[in-house]
Amino acid sequence: MSQLIEYLQYPFVIYALVVGVLIALCSSLFGVTLVLKRFSFIGDGLSHVAFGALAVAGVLKLANQMILILPVTALCAVLLLKTGQNTKIKGDAALAMISVAALAFGYLIMNVFSTSSNLSGDVCTTLFGSTSILTLTMQDVVMSMVLSIVVIIIFILMYNRLFAVTFDEDFAKATGLRAELYNLMIAIVIAVIIVIAMSLVGALLISALVVFPALSAMRLYSSFKSVTICAAILSVICTFAGIIISIMAGTPVGATIVAVQALVFGICALLGKIR
Amino acid sequence: MALLTVKDLTLAYDKKIVLDGLNFSVDAGDYLCIAGENGTGKSTLMKTILGLNPSGGGEIIFGEGLKRNEIGYLPQQTDLQKDFPASVFEVVLSGRLSAIGSKPFYGKNDKEIARENIERMGMEEFINVSYRNLSGGQQQRVLLARALCATEKMLMLDEPVSGLDPGATAEMYAFIEKVNEDGVTVIMISHDLKQATHFASHILKLGENEFFGTKQEYLAQQRGLLMGGDR
Repeated sequence: MSQLIEYLQYPFVIYALVVGVLIALCSSLFGVTLVLKRFSFIGDGLSHVAFGALAVAGVLKLANQMILILPVTALCAVLLLKTGQNTKIKGDAALAMISVAALAFGYLIMNVFSTSSNLSGDVCTTLFGSTSILTLTMQDVVMSMVLSIVVIIIFILMYNRLFAVTFDEDFAKATGLRAELYNLMIAIVIAVIIVIAMSLVGALLISALVVFPALSAMRLYSSFKSVTICAAILSVICTFAGIIISIMAGTPVGATIVAVQALVFGICALLGKIR
Repeated sequence: MALLTVKDLTLAYDKKIVLDGLNFSVDAGDYLCIAGENGTGKSTLMKTILGLNPSGGGEIIFGEGLKRNEIGYLPQQTDLQKDFPASVFEVVLSGRLSAIGSKPFYGKNDKEIARENIERMGMEEFINVSYRNLSGGQQQRVLLARALCATEKMLMLDEPVSGLDPGATAEMYAFIEKVNEDGVTVIMISHDLKQATHFASHILKLGENEFFGTKQEYLAQQRGLLMGGDR
């Protein structure tokens, strides 16, 4: 305990916790919609795209990598949603194609152009997250905070319409709601969340942050509002616990958070069965 | 002027023409039943009127101040809804979406209207129950209450009794009839023409032997067809 208190005096630990909790909050809020709309896999696919974009940004030696990663990921999110609706290549196949291709190109580019002496270490870091959450600068923290707060405000303002679009798109459209616009907005917000979450848990583990809290909450509660609130709380607790455990035990941050999420899901599933 | 007039409408689904030259009109207080085999364009017609499906040509005219987004719609249920965590109140309240315009949240009045419609469908004891835990008939009543939140003038029901047992079917028809008696115009798609003609005032039959007219005209025509078949 005293060790924990000592750690909490370091600013980098505080930064990590603040950013982690905000990311957890954003991803869980939109995660509920994503899971219910059967879009869970889009989160996974987009994280691979973000990895590919990150590789390209690295090769181009961009000072601010977000400038490239964010629009590329958002564009793919929009494309994936469109393909889900009305093209020859079905949504799931298109998703598999884009995500694998992005992963392959990303790794290829890193291999061919990298000047780093520890290539596999670099790749591993971007895929599974790294200690980078512990090396955040003040600028990173502010950026993540601003983006997170924007995402949360968008969620609150959109809440009722998000529910309508998720529960019954045809009915929502019949009441005059521009459902396509909301789907587009959901896709872009998810892309933003994935890009900011990449620094926390790494590209391969992001979808866990999106999917687990929603699924855990759905075991326990049965109204949209309570599921959303429960998912947010669970997500924040798991991420907080995961970061603390990883610092104390010296385990990788991303993997620890996801392990905690999975454990909590197991507990929730059990509690849901008992009730 | 009629509440809804359809003039020379062409229905297209996935850019293929399903039906063309369709004409009919619906007056306030009517109860129109749309019948026809699968694939004759019943659902497509409803979606085209609601603006969910692009029209292939022709005119859809709303009269008596009815706006397109003031129609209460009860779509066919989707798989996705079967395990959706949402309380009855949340589902019904979402029917007020068109009424709140561009405001982000529902007001007191909207919640009151949602409650009234839940009571109207006899679902008040289930107000906080999850939609996924209801029986098929109860789910349809919830969706009907939601549709009623969106309209005082016209309901469009896409096979509201499909998949329901005979008891729940009779109950659902009774609720729809009650709503119609309250002055709400009803347009309903139904497989079961016999049951539906019992309640409907008008019949629109798509596909073979296309027909539009009052129930009496339809029944007379049916008798005529039978006689013709005897010869």
